[in-house]
Formats: sequence, structure tokens, C-alpha cells
Amino acid sequence: MSQLFENRGFVVPGDVLAEGNLRSGENTYRLHGKIHATRVGLVEYSRGVVSVIALEANYEPRIGEIVIGSVVDVDLSGWVANIEGPSLALLNVVDALDEPFKPEMALPSIFDLGDLIVAKVVSLGRDGTPKLSTLGSNLGRVVGGRLVRMTPSKIPRLIGKKGSMVNMIIKETGCQIVIGQNGIILVNSKERDMEDLVVQVLQKIESEAHTTGLTNRIYEFIREMKEKRKR
Amino acid sequence: MSPTKRKLIVDGVRLDGRKVDEVRPMKIECGVLPNANGSSYVEQGRNKILVGVFGPREMHPKHLADLRKAVLRCRYHMAPFSTDPRRSPAPSRRDTELSMVIRNALEPALFLERYPRASIDVFAEILEADGSTRCACTVAASVALVDAGIPMRDLVVACSAGKVNGEIVLDLNDIEDKEGEADLPVAYMPKLGKVTLLQMDGVLTQEEFDRSLKLALEGCKKIYEFQKEALKMKYGKQEEKESVEQD
Repeated sequence: MSQLFENRGFVVPGDVLAEGNLRSGENTYRLHGKIHATRVGLVEYSRGVVSVIALEANYEPRIGEIVIGSVVDVDLSGWVANIEGPSLALLNVVDALDEPFKPEMALPSIFDLGDLIVAKVVSLGRDGTPKLSTLGSNLGRVVGGRLVRMTPSKIPRLIGKKGSMVNMIIKETGCQIVIGQNGIILVNSKERDMEDLVVQVLQKIESEAHTTGLTNRIYEFIREMKEKRKR
Repeated sequence: MSPTKRKLIVDGVRLDGRKVDEVRPMKIECGVLPNANGSSYVEQGRNKILVGVFGPREMHPKHLADLRKAVLRCRYHMAPFSTDPRRSPAPSRRDTELSMVIRNALEPALFLERYPRASIDVFAEILEADGSTRCACTVAASVALVDAGIPMRDLVVACSAGKVNGEIVLDLNDIEDKEGEADLPVAYMPKLGKVTLLQMDGVLTQEEFDRSLKLALEGCKKIYEFQKEALKMKYGKQEEKESVEQD
């Protein structure tokens, strides 16, 4: 067992992170007893597990996650949505209506081509095709607001421990924020000023993710910006 | 081939002032295209190459999808103004072949089996060509793949070596490539120690081949440092902040 990098050191794909009896965690793989990184990021050694905090990652859907995607096709019994993952996602009518489906119901009147939807991943098919559902609070068609993109691997930072970061932002700015785990964030507010501020905040989080004490600094930042606006 | 042989190496110094075992200075920048998932721009000598990566995403047309793994698609294309004289903008036989060569060089580094039915698309556009473009493209493409957040076994580095005026030289430029005796492009995964591309154009003896290959691998290691630096330029800042804050 040996660590070959400093904890939280910068690594690129292929870098040998450790040798010997350690478990290979996220964004790593094991080959001939050595653990290599698969993505750019910061290496983390903790209790027998070696993992990499990815600084850039493509989206891989997981069950239970909220995503924001656009409807790209309307079928006879459902919709196909692009959630920017490795494959398109399916949304069946029974997962979109809370009443029994009748044949005379027109699917495009529920979600039409190009509509943006907030949905939940309920299952993954055998080939990894995600199945979505829009039943639940805050799910369904997006009617307004602003979209901001962020690398999917940085979304946990935006949410914070038990939602501490995002709740703080919502409280301070009064904006509605819907976070898609696929890196698409919807910001909605009656005040345009506050929307602008949240967009700035999100950009700040994106560039400063993986620093400690970020929530406090973001809090200070929002306070400062609000002061400036008052003047 | 023109019979007039110019002297390309005088007292161990090449036309562009390099020594025989020296690579050209290289500039790599990543994340240059906002609409691509990953991108990079590389300048190596007079080579100027732009690479964009998209995916993994749903494969179109669907019949090309593989049920077991993702399909890597590469496009190598030389812009009409990249060479003198101008070339036709249509993809040539050579472009098609190099697309395949670059795809084969990159494929071993990717976890294609993780994304069944998907496609990963790499578009490499040569804006200015100055020899060893297939190597420079491979170098740029692997940085762009990392920038796209696609998991990789290792970075892929590439460099050429060859024989010019009877001497084994590293990283051939356009003139050396055209007037030299042999060209040996090599792509390599430095941390795994595996060669993913090995081509040869021209004539080398067994002994010269061994020396060229060794030299090319040395060159690869030098270029690997440029790649790492480029990634550090974009992502490494976050590490510095981290350490500052801990103090």
C-alpha cells in the first residue's frame, strides 16, 4: 500500500495513484495491481479507498436523479428526451399523467417537441437507457426562467451538504432554483436583478468548486453584490 | 521525388535551428470551443490544429450503433488553405486513412464498453500543416477527450522520428518529411507503456528502426509534459486555490 500523490493533488488520466491493497473508487481503475486515474481531477485517499474528484465529467444517469432535458420525439405511448447523457431517455405516458391514459388524449398537448422538462430518472434499462417520470412535485414542463450549464461533476458542490449551499442561495436571493444532475440548472425569479446575481454565483461556484469554505465565501459574495445593487 | 538533395542538417543543426533529438516547441490550449463537449487547439512548429469532441451521445444514423459498446468516430480534415498550394476541400483518400489511423490510436485509451449504443465523435481540422500532423492530431484529440470529461485509461501521446540526410532525427517537419529518407510516426500511452500506433514510410535498416523507435518514444515523453501542462492550465488552478486556503 503506497500513496503516490499528495492528498488532493492534481492528476490526469493514466496517472498511477497507488499500488497494492487499496480499493479503487470513483474515476479510477485497477490494472496489474496499480490504481490509475480515468479523469482530470484531484486525488483523494481515504480509509482504504482511492478516488478522483473529477474536475470535468460527462453525465452518466443514475436512478433517483432529477434531470432537465428537452423533448426530441413524440411517440405513440410516450416521449423521447435528450438529457445530454450517453443515450436518449424515455418518458412513458403513464409516468407523466396522474390519471388513466385514454387513447383520445393527444400526447403533444402534454409535452410537445422542443419542450423542456424537469424529470426524475426512475430506472435504467439493460443497455443503460434511462426511463423518466414527471410525476412528483416540481417536475414537469419548464415554463420560464433561465438556464445555466455546469459540469455534472460539480453539481454536488452546488447543492452542498444536505442542500446547505443551494438553500442559502435560495434564501438570500429569493430565486427558485431547479438543479438537474445532468448539469443544467433552471433559475426563476420575478426580479431580473436577482436572476443575474444567481447566474454570477453559479459561475463562481463552477470555477471555485473543490475549495474549502466555499459556502461562506458565496454568502459573502451575495451580500456584497446586494449591497452594490442598493447603491 | 526530386533528385536534387538539399542538405537539411548542417553541423547537427536542422533547418529550423533544432538539434536532431529536439522536438518543436508546442502550445496546447484546451476548452477553446464553447459548443463542443471538449476541445483543444495545438500549435507545433507551423502546425495549427483545432479539435472538437462530442459525446458520448446517441448514435446517428442508428444502424451504425454497436449494442455492446460505444463507437469512436474520427474525422481528420485538412483545410483548403492549410497547405501550399491550396488543396481541394473535399476529404481525400489520405484524409480518410488518417481518420482511421487516429481512431485506432485513440481507441485503446477509451472505455468504450461503458457506453453501449453511443457514439463519441472527434473532429480534427488542420488549419496549417507542417509535417507530422497525424501525431499532432492524436495529441490534440486526447487532450480534447479529457476536456470532454470522457473517462480514459491514459493520455495518448504521439511523435514522429525518421531519417534525414542519413541521420536519425526526432519530430520531422514538412520539408524533412518530404525530402527525408524515412518517417516513423508513433503513438504511445506513457503511463501504461503501450504503443497504439506505429507506421513507417521509407526505408530503414533494423538497427536504424530500433533507434528511431526509441527516439520517438523519448519525444512522446517530452510532448506528454506539454499535454499535462495544458490540462493544468485549465484545471490545475483549482488545486492551487485549495492549497492556499489550507495554509
